[in-house]
Amino acid sequence: MSLWEYANPARFMATTARAVPVLGGAAALCLLVGLVWGFFFTPEDYRQGSTVKIIYLHVPAALMAINAWLMMLVASLVWLIRRHHVSALAAKAAAPVGVTMTLIALFTGAVWGQPMWGTWWAWDPRLTSFLILFLFYLGYMALWAAIDDPDTAADLTGVLCLVGSVFAVLSRYAVNFWNQGLHQGASLSLDAEENVADVFYYPLLVAIAGFVLLFVALVLLRTRTEIRLRRLHALRLRERAA
Amino acid sequence: MAGMKSLKKKRRIQVIAVAAVALALSTAMIGYAMRDGINYFRAPTQVMDEPPAPSETFRIGGLVEEGTLIRGEGTTVRFSVTDGGASVPVTYTGVLPDLFEEGQGMVGTGRYVNGTFEASEILAKHDETYMPKEVVDALKEQGVFQHAPGEAPAAPNG
Repeated sequence: MSLWEYANPARFMATTARAVPVLGGAAALCLLVGLVWGFFFTPEDYRQGSTVKIIYLHVPAALMAINAWLMMLVASLVWLIRRHHVSALAAKAAAPVGVTMTLIALFTGAVWGQPMWGTWWAWDPRLTSFLILFLFYLGYMALWAAIDDPDTAADLTGVLCLVGSVFAVLSRYAVNFWNQGLHQGASLSLDAEENVADVFYYPLLVAIAGFVLLFVALVLLRTRTEIRLRRLHALRLRERAA
Repeated sequence: MAGMKSLKKKRRIQVIAVAAVALALSTAMIGYAMRDGINYFRAPTQVMDEPPAPSETFRIGGLVEEGTLIRGEGTTVRFSVTDGGASVPVTYTGVLPDLFEEGQGMVGTGRYVNGTFEASEILAKHDETYMPKEVVDALKEQGVFQHAPGEAPAAPNG
């Protein structure tokens, strides 16, 4: 059994019909546990006080904002190379979810930055590339909406997605390339025990799992809607022709 | 893009690979060439090596050197910012952010006049250390608390 079987829309619809409720339920559970644990049952940070709790929204949202774009990149490449329509629709479906994650990360970052750094925005390399990624999301969705022919739209947005990946990668690794920035380094890494105390780390992992599951569930749900929209469109065309 | 549709699969892969390599190369070249503009601040060593003109406004960043912070009359403060190599004296009039303290990172905007950095804005830089307050208090009591690894150690009981 190969992954490419899901390029068949009927097969995709049958499997996701069962997967979406399970994923959605798991996402709700993880988010509830992670956020309640993080907001109400963790101590205050030694320097940030209770402002540290924004980490439970900011880090997972920023992580998924970047991962969503990379997922769109993979889906777009599958479309450009193998011409599977479900793949192109999955990329299209992920964009509004990704842009929402980006907005959450931008907003929580500003709320954290105002009391901690002393400014809500700085033209730091990481912040700037993340803002450009946000604009790319808007452009990506606008391009899908602007072109009538679905295959042409999928081709062009696929190329746009490839270009935008530069800023998705930069917003993750800018702190490594240009080390004189305002934003701190990665809060999460394999040696994270050194930086983030376990008492903050474990609820953060649960919250991240919740955001990942929520993203997957929403993208599958929205892809199903896109597939149905396309069927509806095809049926209407047939009706008009008859 | 009718072009993509008419190409054979192998050629499509080639086009995408060339595009990806070109993107990565151009990003690397732009990023390297413009690194001075992309970096948010200059280190004290850079400022000492090439002192900017008194009219130039730029940002300086580093650690607030231990034992140099003087809160003067009113809201004027003086301290030195260091990167381990060089140290630059700073004056600033205004409200400091919550996280500003000795041994911690800061970024200041201002001008370098007569060997002193006259800051018009001070931001605190947060390292990626997250620790519960109780744990730090206990460590400080035992005199073994240090800030992030690799940074200047905090004075005991500090």
